[in-house]
Amino acid sequence: MADATISGGMPTGREARPVTSGPMLAADGTPLRASLARSLRRQKLRALLLIAPLLLFILVTFVLPIGDMLLRSVQNGIVADTLPRTVAALSQDASEVPGEPVFDALYTDLVIAEEYKRHTQLGTRLNYESGGASSLFRGTGRAVGRFETSIYADQLRDADPAFDDSAQWAAWMADPGNRDALPQTADAYDAWATLTTEVHGDDPAEEDVGDFVYAALYRDLAAGSRPPAMPAVDVSGFETVTAKELFIDDDDAWGEPAIWNTLRAFAPRVTPGYYLNAVDLQMTPDGIAPRAEGDRIYVQLFIRTMVMSMLITASCILLGYPVAYLLASLPMRSANLLMILVLLPFWTSLLVRTSAWKVLLQQQGVINDLLVWVGVIGNDGRLVMINNQTGTIIAMTHILLPFMILPLYSVMKGIPPSFVRAAKSLGANDWTAFWRVYFPQSVPGIGAGSILVFILSIGYYITPELVGGTKGVFISNRIAYHISDSLNWGLAAALGTILLAMVLLLYWAYDKLVGIDNVKLGG
Amino acid sequence: MALPIYASTGQRLWHYAFRIICGLILFYLIAPLLVIIPLSFNAQDFFTFTPEMLRLDPAGYSLEHYRDFFTNPDWQGPLWNSLAIAPVATLIAVALGTLAAVGLSQAHVPFKGAIMAILISPMIVPLIISAAGMYFFYSRIGLQGTYWGVVLAHAALGIPFVIITVTATLVGFDKSLTRAAASLGAGPARTFRKVQMPLILPGVVSGALFAFITSFDEVVVVLFMGAAGQKTLPWQMFIGLREQISPTILAAATVLIALSVLLLGTLELLRRRSERLRGLTPV
Repeated sequence: MADATISGGMPTGREARPVTSGPMLAADGTPLRASLARSLRRQKLRALLLIAPLLLFILVTFVLPIGDMLLRSVQNGIVADTLPRTVAALSQDASEVPGEPVFDALYTDLVIAEEYKRHTQLGTRLNYESGGASSLFRGTGRAVGRFETSIYADQLRDADPAFDDSAQWAAWMADPGNRDALPQTADAYDAWATLTTEVHGDDPAEEDVGDFVYAALYRDLAAGSRPPAMPAVDVSGFETVTAKELFIDDDDAWGEPAIWNTLRAFAPRVTPGYYLNAVDLQMTPDGIAPRAEGDRIYVQLFIRTMVMSMLITASCILLGYPVAYLLASLPMRSANLLMILVLLPFWTSLLVRTSAWKVLLQQQGVINDLLVWVGVIGNDGRLVMINNQTGTIIAMTHILLPFMILPLYSVMKGIPPSFVRAAKSLGANDWTAFWRVYFPQSVPGIGAGSILVFILSIGYYITPELVGGTKGVFISNRIAYHISDSLNWGLAAALGTILLAMVLLLYWAYDKLVGIDNVKLGG
Repeated sequence: MALPIYASTGQRLWHYAFRIICGLILFYLIAPLLVIIPLSFNAQDFFTFTPEMLRLDPAGYSLEHYRDFFTNPDWQGPLWNSLAIAPVATLIAVALGTLAAVGLSQAHVPFKGAIMAILISPMIVPLIISAAGMYFFYSRIGLQGTYWGVVLAHAALGIPFVIITVTATLVGFDKSLTRAAASLGAGPARTFRKVQMPLILPGVVSGALFAFITSFDEVVVVLFMGAAGQKTLPWQMFIGLREQISPTILAAATVLIALSVLLLGTLELLRRRSERLRGLTPV
């Protein structure tokens, strides 16, 4: 359609201009191709503009939070943020229990962290990896302010009274020459000044300089630094204490390799530690190793979640198939009537259905009462049907059954009844006709329903929490526990990410099998 | 599948056995809901039928639990919270969702598959994971424990349902109607309001009902996202079931069952209307 030529006929007045073979033009004289492309672009833009607000909304309210969770599952800034100097010093020191410089750095870090009350959070975090870390940090955090490091401050003040003057300190520390000569002191002083302003709201130029700054100054001077704008002090005769001894005196654990291995392992800002924990492994100095026997619960919990979800899916198939078959083969009017019995539970609040089961399954509940009354069981032999796996399976099968029946029904509606009749007329008996002809055609419905029920059940939280007791809980309940009770958010995020990956994999299978567009709601 | 007159005894037996089996399964589906309705009128604080109730003695029945439900602030507060959260979340979900569904139904949408997957994702991701992610993220930006935090979270959860129902109605939409309107001089906004909107209204309303019930029923996200000030009805029921179970919960459950009957009826009416409009009369 690129060249439009006029053929035949006498040239009229309108065609008087020279006829050329060129691109077809639109009414406004632009080439038709360009004009069409523009209109298509405009259409696309309009469609995108209509979608944009919602897309933005979902991205901000939903996708970003999920991304945040993924990030949290590997994020591990707390060691590096709370103990920055220790982490730096530790990277220079490969011995099992590190040397003096690391303890000096730890002393500075811990004094600062204690002022900010951050050391307990760090202790809690490290406690997930190595037992006792929480009390170690709590205890030493309390003691670190009383460490005998004040002797440095006293000796320096005795050597020159200028060291007692806060305004003088501020002036010294503003001097670039001093800062270059005294790196540790400058760093400690800055941290102290920030801390004084932020935590106490005081002016650093008026407050007594912290002991750890004097200790840092002593270390700098003892290393032979000669600050240009500061009184010269000879520190060779000073009485000394070593941070290492002070720490080990306070708690022997500082002299053991265990805490240092944990600190080394979790110093990086990104860690696979939470994922390892989520599959019952842990990081040790010798590489990845299984966790202690008693702490291995997650693999078992994942397996239990899968097995229970499969059991629930299987019972949904078993109960859903006959009902869907009946609904598909009844005339429309009666099928619609029976459909209400399926749709009403589907539309009823999850909490209502869960409370119904809680009431029914109790030991003093309706089912046990009925069984005792009929005489199947004695009054003292009441069945325990709640707070265990039985309760979870009964209640969840009930809750998820409509999700099996509805896709099955829509597939079965599409199977022409003439096929079964043809099979029978060819000599098949009822069973063969069903099993060889009808059933294979209903398999896509079973597949769709099963994946739907399975996806829904592995992520269930409410029902297992309420009727599952301790034996019937799912991985979701553990995730909730880590979010609101143990506050181990990293582990919760790692467990959640693994669960999410499983669901997305299944969902991908569902899409391949049935297509997302075939999701039907309410029949 | 009426039984033919020439059916053998075995076939006859199986036919009735199958119906009985199906009847039992349907009974399993509906019985739990039916049992708690009479139990909610129990005069005593029991969760089972008392002898008086079985004798149909009026003394065994009372409206006490309903009185408690409608007067006790422990239940009224959550009820009003639910009623304050769900409609606003529904409004956001429906407004944005309908607009996007109209956009998605256009002939040429770039990255349609990817966009659809993102928009549907809140329905696929297990609630506990959505709740965890939202809790972490919303506490970072200071929305955790606020009314708007819960509303936004619930709107996000309701959106997939709006998208699905509205796109489904738009599939059967005759595009020549909008062209006719445009050729008669109506602008895009007017075409949408006067021609498209009335025709897709059943889809929009059923999407809105889904979004409403999603929010009204939702407990996992609100448990994490909300503070005491946003305690909703399902939350209160959850606590009641987990800690000390009070019979008022049965009255609350019965009220909610009535609500779902109402919703189901509305949806059924809408479905029939939509089919009639599209010329698909039910057989």
